[in-house]
This record gives sequence, C-alpha cells and structure tokens, in this order.
Amino acid sequence: MKATQEETAGTKGTARSVRAVRTAGGYSFRMNVRASLVIVLLAALAAGTAVVLIGSGDFSMTPGEVVTTLFGHGTFQQEFIVTDLRLPRVLVGLLVGAALGVGGAVFQTISRNPLGSPDVLGFGQGATVGALTVIVLFQGGAAAVAGGAVAGGLLTGVAVYVLAWKRGVHGFRLVLVGIGAAAMLTAATQYLITKANLVDATRAVVWMTGSLDGRDWAQVWPLLVVCGVLLPLVFAHGPALRVMEMGDDAAYALGVRVERTRLVLMGSAVLLVAVATAAAGPIAFVSLSAPQLARRLTRSTGPNLVAATFMGAALLLVADWVSMEAFGDRQLPVGVVTGVLGGCYLLWLLVSERRAGRI
Amino acid sequence: MQRLTAESVTLGYDQRVIAENLSVEIPDHSFTVIVGPNACGKSTLLRALSRMLKPARGRVLLDGETIHSLPAKKVARTLGLLPQSSIAPEGITVADLVARGRYPHQGLLRQWSPEDERIVEESMASTGIGALGDRYVDELSGGQRQRVWIAMALAQQTPLLLLDEPTTYLDIQHQIDVLDLCAELHETQGRTLVAVLHDLNHAARYATHLIAMREGEIIAEGAPGEIVTAELVERVFGLRCQVIPDPETGTPLVIPAARKRGARVAGAVPVAGGA
Repeated sequence: MKATQEETAGTKGTARSVRAVRTAGGYSFRMNVRASLVIVLLAALAAGTAVVLIGSGDFSMTPGEVVTTLFGHGTFQQEFIVTDLRLPRVLVGLLVGAALGVGGAVFQTISRNPLGSPDVLGFGQGATVGALTVIVLFQGGAAAVAGGAVAGGLLTGVAVYVLAWKRGVHGFRLVLVGIGAAAMLTAATQYLITKANLVDATRAVVWMTGSLDGRDWAQVWPLLVVCGVLLPLVFAHGPALRVMEMGDDAAYALGVRVERTRLVLMGSAVLLVAVATAAAGPIAFVSLSAPQLARRLTRSTGPNLVAATFMGAALLLVADWVSMEAFGDRQLPVGVVTGVLGGCYLLWLLVSERRAGRI
Repeated sequence: MQRLTAESVTLGYDQRVIAENLSVEIPDHSFTVIVGPNACGKSTLLRALSRMLKPARGRVLLDGETIHSLPAKKVARTLGLLPQSSIAPEGITVADLVARGRYPHQGLLRQWSPEDERIVEESMASTGIGALGDRYVDELSGGQRQRVWIAMALAQQTPLLLLDEPTTYLDIQHQIDVLDLCAELHETQGRTLVAVLHDLNHAARYATHLIAMREGEIIAEGAPGEIVTAELVERVFGLRCQVIPDPETGTPLVIPAARKRGARVAGAVPVAGGA
C-alpha cells in the first residue's frame, strides 16, 4: 500500500491540521498532523526517559551503553543489571502509565467530565480495598495481593455500573455514584488499617503509596498481556467514542450501539486500571491529568485515546526519574511525586477554567 | 408499503404506557409533521420511529424489516435523526462537526474518502453555512448552530430524516429560517422528512402530511388543507378557534378565539377608584 495522494481535507473547512491519506486500493485514513506529532514526541520522551532510568543507579551506565545492552551487545554484568533488574521496572512504569492514561481518557469522555477519572470514581480505591483485604486479613503474598487488587477494582466497576444504570448509564449519574463508592471504599481502607497489626499496616501503607521499586518480570507479563489485548480493543472503539461525545441520542442516530460500546470501553478501562494498580499500587493523578494534558497538546477534540496513552507512560516515567534524582539520597516513591505534580496540575486546571469563565 | 411504518406499537417508559396499539405509515417523499398538545406522545412516537425507543409490543418496520434487528450502522445509512439536544464537543469547528455525520459510512480502513469530503461540503453549502467551516460551533448564534446540526444530519445522506422539535429555543425568524430550509431540502432533494413541531400554524404551512395526536392516539392524518378545521383543533388541543386561509400560502391558519370581554373578571371584585 503506498500513498498515491495526500491533500488537505475540506477545501474551506475541516481544521487545517487534519489531512487525508489515501491509497490506491480505495483505503483512506484521517490523520491529524499535530496530534501525530505530539504522539511521536511523547513516545520519544518516554523512550528517552526509559534509557536514562535504566542507566542510573549505583552501577551507572551511559545511554549508549544502555542501548547497546538492550540490543544484546553488552557485557555479562551489564546484561544482568539491565534485563534482570532495571528493564522490568521501567517496563512496569511504561505499561502502568499507559493503562492509567487511556483508562482516564475513556472515563473522562464517558462521564463528560474532566474530573471523572478512575481514581476519582472509586476504581482505584476498590483495588486498594481488595489489596488491603489480602494483606490484612489473609497475610497473602505479592501475587495474592495483586489478585486482590484486580478483583477489588473489577467488583467496584460492576457495582458502580449497576448502581448508575437507569435506561443506560449517563455521565452525571456515573460521577455521583462513583464519588459515593470512592468515599465508602476509602472508609473501608481506613478500617482495614486500624484492624491490622504493625507489620501488616506498614506493608499496607507502603503498597498504598504506589511505587515501582523492586518490580520484576512477574509484574511485567500480566500487564503486557492485558495491555496487548485491551489497548487495541479500546483504540478500535475510538471513533464510536468520539461520536458519543455529542450525546447518546446523536450517537444512536449515527449508528453507534451506545450501551454496548460503553460497556466494552468501561470494562476494558476498569480492567486496565485494576491491573495497573495491582502492579504498582494506586498511583495518583496520572489517569486524571494525562488525558487533559494530551488534549491541550494535540488541541484536537475527541477522546485523544492514543495521545493520552503515551502521555500517561511518559508522565509516569518522568515522575519516576524525578523521584529518584531530584531529592539526592532520599528517594521518594513515584506515587508521591505524581501526587504532587497532579495537585499542581489540578490547581492550574481550576485557575484556567475559572479564567475562561466556566466555573 | 411505505419505507417507514409502525405496526400496532405500544410505547412507554418502564411501567408508564404513553401510547397503545398505535399504527402509522410515513408516506414516502412526504414532509410529515406530527402535532399535538404537550405529553400527547408525539416525541415518543418519533423516538420509536428512529429506534431510540424499543416498543413494548408491536414493531417498527424500515423497508419491511424490524428496525431493531437491523445492524445499527446500516439503519444509520437509511434513517437520520436530529435529536432535540446534542452536545457540541468543546472547541470543535463547524466543518469537523458536520464531518462527524459521515460516521455510518466510515470504517477503520475507510476513514475519509473523497466522497466524504464532497458530501460534507455539499451539506454545508445547502444549509447556508459554507463560509463558516473554520468557525467554532460555540461562537455561533442559536439559529446558525441549528443549521450546523442539520448539516451534520444531511451529511449522513439518508433518504429518511427525522427531526425532533427542530425549532424549539429559536427566535421566530430562525424558526421560519429552519423550516424554510427543511421545505427546500424536501423539495429539491426528495428526502422524506418527519418532524415534531409545537406550532400548529407552522405545521399547517410546511407539512405535506399532518398527523394530529392526543393522549397517545392519532386523531387525524392527511394533508393539512383537508384535515385542519376548527372542530379538529378543539378536539386535539381543546382550543376554540377559527380557521382561515393563510394570506401568504392559502394553507389553514388557526386563529384562537378571543377571550369574551368581561368573561375573566366575572365574579372578581372591581377595583374602585378612591376609598
């Protein structure tokens, strides 16, 4: 397939940045130049940060050495440090960031609310309660804790969906039910901590901060499988989600099976967020801020699913790098850094929305 | 057999029944207007015809097949709907919004064909918004915005187009503007239009086929000139009136009866000047 024709779509009309790419076989693709550029730059930022992260630590390596080692030409010692110790941690960061970013974009679009992200609507809290139940009541190992987190996230997803259902799930009710669920689950978390003995409580609090420390291939594989299946599925539903932005009636009229699409997308997003939380703990604010930052960079309407995914990955790795480098010897868990960054972002969002007269 | 029909449908929400055993045929190539007092079930009927509401009993047929069992995108290539309220995404341009009407004709490998482009341009030209392509929808007036939504529905290229109260919330000049546009589309493009309207005089002037409803039942249907009489208006709306020929078009014009002088103050204490 080679492009035989490339032109601006709509002579006087369609935003100048949208181009149509057409091929000989009658295939045509809509390409937003600016959005594509943003995606490429974010991918480069994430990859660059990944290389720097792999190279830093007690045994430091130059980016060149890291890349050589990644392609299988390093020394035995470098191979060990990269593939066994640092690569899995960075991969967990990338995948968790991507899952949180796209999960946030899906929920913000479905709830039609920039604050309607999974960590506000209770899915993160549900995963936390699941994990803490395993830690506090069953003293389970790492795998059991991860399983508990996934189960907690999914159960919360089902409960919120069912409670918000009334002839379909609508944005406003989803937000209200989700915020209610989040409040109840936070109370349950606190109750579990008061019930725990000192060792379990410490373990629970460490888990709840969210961190990439000590993550290995055991965390990478489930994430890779879930992202490998669900990200393409979510992206394939992107055009339908774009139409659903205009309201359910308009989407029905255009031939979207609204409720089914919403169910598939919400289910995928809940699973992505739950698995991400199981791997790294509840990392704050990535799913809230990544889609909004992506949208402001691409300056295009629509859910910006792909851009939000790469933004999430880049954001999480940069936060991880900051947590390792910016505070000297005192390393912070990445969840603390994303929390601080997210708080600043939220303030900025509130101020700018206020200036625009929207709140 | 007309393309769009409802066969003895029972319509309602949850347990509340709005209309029972209702049958209707939309004449092909007509500009059909449904009128009736508030809560008579006219919007509910339109929602059923556009497959947004599934009948509890009976069925809606599109080209002889039950509309709810047809693939959603296939229906959307035959039957369009302009909903009462749609949300314009933040910061979207007119051309981008109209382009979204092409959704049912697109797929993952066919996202933006030369045909899509041509039809979007034509739709914008025929609704008189050809020059507004790069403007943001947020900054348009109510009348212009309604034209944009109509253009989006036109870009869907459906032989049947349903409009749910397309003139609500518009000033009088924009109401006439939108209705003139609909009449023009009906005449020049041969599309079948079905609209729910509040204003009986607008309905009588623009419709080629009128359906008058009350309490979930169809009281009368036919050409406005034949069915709109003072008796019908009183039966459907409970309003005493005269019906005269519209001086502009000759179609029926409903003039509500004037309040009888003194009728309302009967029994009221007259305001006396001074004490």
